[in-house]
Amino acid sequence: MSTSTKAVRSPRSRGGRAAHPFLRYALRRVLTSLLLVVGVTLVTFVLTNLVPGDPVAAALGQRAAEDPAIVSQFRATYGLDQPLVVQYFTYLGNLLQGDLGVSTTTHNPVVDDLAKALPATLEIALGAIVLSVVIGVVLGTIAAYRRGKASDHVLRVVSLAGLSVPTFWLALVLYYVFYFQLHIAPGSGRLSSDFTTPPTVTGLYTVDALLAGQLDTFLDAASHLFLPVLVLTLYTVGLLTRFVRTAVLEILDQDYVRAARAKGLPTRTVVFSYVLRGASIPILTVVGLAFGSLLSGTVLVEAIFAWPGIGSYAYQAASHLDLPGIMGVGLLIGVMYLLVNLIVDLLYGVLDPRVRLAS
Amino acid sequence: MTDARTTRPDPRDGAPAGPRDGVGAGMLDPVSAAGPRWRRPRLRLGRWSAPLGLLGAAVGILWILVALLAPVIAPHDPLAQDLPILQAPGEGTLMGTDALGRDVFSRVIWGARVTIPLALLLVVMSVLIGAIVGAVAGFFGRAVDEVAMRVTDLVMAFPTVILAMVIAAALGASLLNAVLAALIVSWPAYARLTRGLVLGLRSSNYVVSGQLLGFSPLRSLGRDIAPNIVGPVLVLASLDIGTAILLLSGLSFLGLGAKPPTAEWGSMVSDAIQNFDAWWIGVFPGLAILTVVIAFNFVGDALRDALDPKSQTIRGGGTTL
Repeated sequence: MSTSTKAVRSPRSRGGRAAHPFLRYALRRVLTSLLLVVGVTLVTFVLTNLVPGDPVAAALGQRAAEDPAIVSQFRATYGLDQPLVVQYFTYLGNLLQGDLGVSTTTHNPVVDDLAKALPATLEIALGAIVLSVVIGVVLGTIAAYRRGKASDHVLRVVSLAGLSVPTFWLALVLYYVFYFQLHIAPGSGRLSSDFTTPPTVTGLYTVDALLAGQLDTFLDAASHLFLPVLVLTLYTVGLLTRFVRTAVLEILDQDYVRAARAKGLPTRTVVFSYVLRGASIPILTVVGLAFGSLLSGTVLVEAIFAWPGIGSYAYQAASHLDLPGIMGVGLLIGVMYLLVNLIVDLLYGVLDPRVRLAS
Repeated sequence: MTDARTTRPDPRDGAPAGPRDGVGAGMLDPVSAAGPRWRRPRLRLGRWSAPLGLLGAAVGILWILVALLAPVIAPHDPLAQDLPILQAPGEGTLMGTDALGRDVFSRVIWGARVTIPLALLLVVMSVLIGAIVGAVAGFFGRAVDEVAMRVTDLVMAFPTVILAMVIAAALGASLLNAVLAALIVSWPAYARLTRGLVLGLRSSNYVVSGQLLGFSPLRSLGRDIAPNIVGPVLVLASLDIGTAILLLSGLSFLGLGAKPPTAEWGSMVSDAIQNFDAWWIGVFPGLAILTVVIAFNFVGDALRDALDPKSQTIRGGGTTL
C-alpha cells in the first residue's frame, strides 16, 4: 500500500500530534463540509444578486426609481450601497439567524414555509431510500452473480430503463392509472380528508400515528405514501442496481472471496459476510449519490401528487419565479446533500480502517 | 484495474468519487509506477449490448429524422388552437388535443426539434469546456488546478437538478437560460474526468520524453495525451445525452425552460397536471422523452462496453432525473 499511497498523496501530515486517527479523519471531513456549506451560501448569494434587472427599479416602481434621492435612500436602507463582500456577510448573518427572506408567492418567511414542508419530504425520501437500497443491493448482487446470464441482461435493461424514465412523467402515469382508473391508490396529499393530523412528534405522519396508537391513521398515511415512494424508488433502483453490480463484481474477483467459496461456505454466508462487506464502501458512495438524485426527484414528483413537501414548494416557487423561495429550497437541499455525504464519509472511516489511517 | 486509462491517481477524481476511490482498486494499483500502456481501444461488443446499442441507434436516428422532417410529418400547426379542446385520441386526431385545442401529435413531433438539438449542443459544449479546463488543470497543476477543482467541488456540492433549477430561476425563465444553467452544472464532470486522466499521463515516460525533445505543452497535450483521453470522455458524453434531455425537459416541466406556447415535451407533461383525466396530454410527450433517452442510453452503454469495459461511470448526485 505504502508505495502507491505516497505517489498519490503528498506525505504532508507526517509526525503531527498523535490524535486518534478516526477523530482526526472525522474532524477533517467536518471542516471540509463546513467549507462547502459556506461555498453553497456563496453560490446562492451570487445567484440572488445575478437577477437581471435592477432590484431598485423593481421594488420602487419606474417613477420613484428616476429620483436619485429616493434611490440612494432606498439603497442605503437595504444596504445595497455597501460593497458586495459586506452584503455577503450581512446575508450570511441573516442566514445564521434563520432569515431566508420572504417568499413572493406565499408572503411567508421562507424559513417557516420550508420548516412546514420538510417533514413531508423527509417522509417520502426516507421511505424511498430505504426501499431502493434494499432492492438495489439485492438486484445488483443477483446481476453480478449471474454475470453474462439472461437475468443479468434483463436487469441491465430494466435498470437502464429506470434511469431513462422522466420521473415527473412516471408519477403522472402511475397517479392516473392507480387513482383515476383503478381507484386503488388514495388521492393526493398526505392524508384523506376524513382523517385528522396525528399529534406532531416527528412530523412524519406514519410515525406520529403509530406513536399515538392510531392504527387507521397510520394505514391511511402509509397508503398515501405508496405512490410517491414507488416513483422515487423506481428511479434510484436503476442507479443503485448498476452500481452495486459493478462493486460486487470487483469483490467477487478477490482472492479472499474465492477462498471462502472454495472452502465450501454456504452462498448466504459468502454474500453477506464476505462480498457485501467488501463492497460496502462503493455501495455507501452510491447511496449518498442516490440520495441526491432522490432530493432532485422530489422536486419533480411532489407537485403531481400535491404532496405538501419542499418539492411542491419548489415547483410552485419556480413557476412563479419566486426567487427567495427557490434559493431557500436550493440552500436547504444543498446543505442536506452535504450532510448526507458527510455521514457517508464518516461511515467510510468506521467501515474501513485504511481510510482513516491513510491520511 | 491495470488499465492505465481508468486509473485516477488523485483520490478526488473520477469514478467512485472522493477519497472513497483510494480505498478500492486505485490504492493498491502498481500502475502509477509502471506507466501507461497505450493500446488501441478494441471493439468488444457483448452479446447483448451490441443489439441493444443498434436498437438504440435506430430509434435515435428515427427521432433525429422526425426532428428534421417535423414540418412534413406533423398534420397540424403545433401552435394553432383550431381543434376541439380535450378531444380523446382517435376521435379525429392520433393523440388527441390539449386544453387549448392544439394537436398533441403535432406538438410531440415538433417537440423533437426543441429538445434533441439543445441536448446535443449542451453535451458538446460541456465536453469542450470541461475537457479544456480539466486538461489545463491536470497538465499545469498548481493554482490553476486548485481553483478549477474548488469550482467543481462547489458545483458538485449540489444535486445537479437543484443547482440547475436555482441557476435557471436566477437567470430568468427561458429555454436558452435553461441550457446555460444545465451547462454550468454539467461541465465539471468532464473537467474532473479529463484532469484525472491527464494527471495520470503527464508523468508517463512517453510524454516526458516528448517534453525532453522540446515539445511545447500544447503539443504534448494535443498529440501525446489527447488520443488517450478521447475514449473515456466520449463514453461519458454518450451516456450524458439522455441525462441532458431529462434535465432540460425537467427544467421546462418546472416552468424554467420553454415558454408556454412552445411545443416542448417537459412543459407539455406539466400542462397535464391541470387536466388529469385527459391522460393523453401528458402521456405522449413523456413517452417521447422516454424513448429518446432510452435510445441514447442504450447507445452509450454499448459504446462503453466496446471502448472501456472496465470503467464505471458515475456522475454527481442525480445527474439523471
